[in-house]
Amino acid sequence: MGKSENELTWKELEVGGIVTEPGNASQYKTGDWRSQRPTYDFNKCLKCGICQIYCPEGCVNQNNQGYFEADLYYCKGCGICSRECPTFVITMKEEE
Amino acid sequence: MENYSIYVPKLITKKENFAPGHRACIGCGEALAVRLAFKAIGQNVIVINATGCVEIFTSQLPYTSWRVPWIHTLFENTAAVASGIEAARKAMIRKGVIKDTNTKIVAIAGDGGTIDIGLQALSGAMERGHDFLYICFDNEAYMNTGIQRSSATPFGASTTTSPAGKSSFGQFAWKKDMPAIAVAHNIPYVATACPSYPFDLMEKVKKGLEVKGPAYIQVLSVCPTGWGCAADLSIKVGRLAVKTGIFPLYEVENGKYKMSIDFPGLRPITEYMSLQKRFRHLKPKMLEQIQQKVIEKYEELKEKAAACEYNCQTVLED
Ligand SMILES: Cc1ncc(C[n+]2csc(CCOP(=O)(O)OP(=O)(O)O)c2C)c(N)n1
Ligand code: SF4
Ligand code: SF4
Ligand code: SF4
Ligand SMILES: [Mg+2]
Repeated sequence: MGKSENELTWKELEVGGIVTEPGNASQYKTGDWRSQRPTYDFNKCLKCGICQIYCPEGCVNQNNQGYFEADLYYCKGCGICSRECPTFVITMKEEE
Repeated sequence: MENYSIYVPKLITKKENFAPGHRACIGCGEALAVRLAFKAIGQNVIVINATGCVEIFTSQLPYTSWRVPWIHTLFENTAAVASGIEAARKAMIRKGVIKDTNTKIVAIAGDGGTIDIGLQALSGAMERGHDFLYICFDNEAYMNTGIQRSSATPFGASTTTSPAGKSSFGQFAWKKDMPAIAVAHNIPYVATACPSYPFDLMEKVKKGLEVKGPAYIQVLSVCPTGWGCAADLSIKVGRLAVKTGIFPLYEVENGKYKMSIDFPGLRPITEYMSLQKRFRHLKPKMLEQIQQKVIEKYEELKEKAAACEYNCQTVLED
């Protein structure tokens, strides 16, 4: 992984502002924008993946048990997954 | 929820060509639309992206959300740059400089970048028949610079340059019918889509990629920031835009119209509008006018689709 924006100086930028590492935005944490987080009652989960397809961040992945769960490094807490889940697995909770 | 969208993991690729860590607002429908479109497009592509929200939130130096080759253009020349890349590749393949890898050319821009400022270049590219797909992410205003009206802003919507107040009721013109303008260029494929209907969107993007020649897809992209709706309602608002007939989903293949989803009865527009601050000032009389016009436009569209169906049938029976 390349240097983060804090470590990088202008001298190291490529001419023309070219970025040579595809998808390196994934270093950038958007999870700290969140004011509420998704919490799960997986007992009700159908593993249908609807929460995954509608997440604007693309940060919902399947965990070891095959349940769909947000990666909190990126999750901005929009609540779309909670709103769209057909079986009300996901409840949004205020961040402390 | 439509039944066919159950069990998503079996139906679509897990591969994301659009990395998280992008800086779109919370609940951005445009970010979702881009993410889904590029699931369908895959990696064998060159992306040409006008300035606007998508460009800004995916490419904060030194980072990029793109896992595919991507170039940033001005507002005016997105389709011109796409034409140039397409023509250059053709020439290089002909001269044996590069192999023909069937790499797709995809130009993307906002509604301002497409329907106002980039229209001339786009018209030229469509008319010359370049083999490329143009996707307009339509959030119905110039959002990136702070919600200025565009010609895609719907009638009555309050924006910073069509503010609702004593001497103005908001946007004063009916939304420009850009898909019809694209159809008038006699291109092989035109469609409308919305990420609230993800499979429909991805199917259309795939079709647009496969046709030889220009394809134009306009994707309604809910913008919680500019529309004044709750972030978690993004998908619902998009669905209601379709179900009220305000943003119908259809395709035009070689001039033939086809409704993608048609409803026995349209939902009242107030169900859609009441969820958004940009329409909150509208008085009942105005809403009634808008409702009438929405129905009229929807019927017009359905008639076009019905006429095409009828023509197809008579051809088959002849
Ligand atoms: C010629 C020119 N005029 C104005 C701007 C400033 N500008 C940058 S992004 C933007 C808004 C873009 O609106 P739209 O194309 O609808 O995309 P959105 O941000 O809504 O996704 C504007 C006005 C510019 N970059 N170039
Ligand atoms: S949408 Fe709900 S039921 Fe479906 S996978 Fe996600 S959490 Fe489970
Ligand atoms: S709250 Fe929003 S950002 Fe977080 S996982 Fe759900 S849909 Fe994705
Ligand atoms: S202004 Fe609207 S379109 Fe732009 S990033 Fe924010 S929500 Fe998305
Ligand atoms: Mg816009």
